[in-house]
Amino acid sequence: MVMTVMDHNNLRQRAWDAAAAVVDPEIPVLTIADLGVLRDVEVHDDGVTVAITPTYTGCPAMNMIAVEVETALARAGIANGRVRQVMSPAWTTDWMSEAGRRKLAEYGIAPPPKAGGRRALFGAGETVTCPRCGSSDTERISEFGSTACKSLRRCRSCAEPFDQFKCH
Amino acid sequence: MPTTSIRVADTPLLREILGRADDALVLGHRLSQWTGHAPMLEEELALANIALDLIGQARALYALAGEIEGLGHSEDDYAYLRDSRDFRNLLLVEQPNGDFAITIVRQVLYAAFIDPWWRETARRSTDSRLAAIAAKAEKESAYHLRHAAEWLIRLGDGTDESHRRAAAALEQLWPFVGEMFAPLDPSLAGLCADPASLHAEWDATVNEVLDQATLARPAEGWMQNGGRAGRHSEQFGHMIAEMQHLARSHPGATW
Repeated sequence: MVMTVMDHNNLRQRAWDAAAAVVDPEIPVLTIADLGVLRDVEVHDDGVTVAITPTYTGCPAMNMIAVEVETALARAGIANGRVRQVMSPAWTTDWMSEAGRRKLAEYGIAPPPKAGGRRALFGAGETVTCPRCGSSDTERISEFGSTACKSLRRCRSCAEPFDQFKCH
Repeated sequence: MPTTSIRVADTPLLREILGRADDALVLGHRLSQWTGHAPMLEEELALANIALDLIGQARALYALAGEIEGLGHSEDDYAYLRDSRDFRNLLLVEQPNGDFAITIVRQVLYAAFIDPWWRETARRSTDSRLAAIAAKAEKESAYHLRHAAEWLIRLGDGTDESHRRAAAALEQLWPFVGEMFAPLDPSLAGLCADPASLHAEWDATVNEVLDQATLARPAEGWMQNGGRAGRHSEQFGHMIAEMQHLARSHPGATW
């Protein structure tokens, strides 16, 4: 069967929408589209391939995300849905959507600073706002938190500890 | 599924890629041995996170090696089905964890080298696959370097006991740093950063950290090498025996 351009675009959109709704297993308020992990959908004669990119090279959620994308494609009635991992260009927190940043803050995780780039080895730390009380008087406890993408901080105003999505 | 060791093709390119992969895997495995034993919960998480990054980098490099070699070897084959003499990692990264000071000094010495190595490789590699891995890895290594540097400053500029231990760790590990700067095989020019070209930057980083840590830089002296040629320490044999035991005893096991 030969696909028309309209069929092709339609299939691509359906596949994108299905994949875009998959949530991160470790931060379930964010979809892989919010995170910028979902990179591309290619339509072939015999199915579609969804390209995802890891946030960190060792991110243990990637295998689970791949399985969930395949499941979401199957549920959407798309046959032969495949997933491939791409490394380049390297994922950056700048790809996180505005909606994603808002959802993170509401969930209690401070969103990553924008366009942070590389910090000097002993450069000044970034200003991070407490997701609970909004104070910017916060301190870092540890640069490595409960998952590869988060660091641990504490608010000096309300004394609450919180996670921050690391700038990457 | 075989349990016998695989034979790996021996070319300068594969030696380079597998050497870098082995550095990351072996150091990642060493750090993972702290899980359940770290001095405090935050540090336990940090060391496990760094181990995860390193093992992720190793996986990407092993996958690339498999593609280059073209004999159908998987990431797991390289990690679990090679003998000690076929591992080409630096002696520095296989050194046992020791006390926390040894672990932190080992991290500083390696991260201060590998961070610019990844950065330069990401910028200049003629191999787009290696450049893509490097572009990801250099973001991670920047965090690893800062983490270790901050700890070494705290240990060196801390109590008498922490200073004594940090200084002893530095003396103990210093003979292993020379191997990091072995020049790149001339046939691989352009593939990745030439370690010899990173010595000045490494010196500047390490000197700055040691200075802030109030630690003296050890005198230059005889340097131990051999890891890149497959000559490893006895402790390395114990480490990979434990690391490979499950895969070799239960071929193809999954969970």
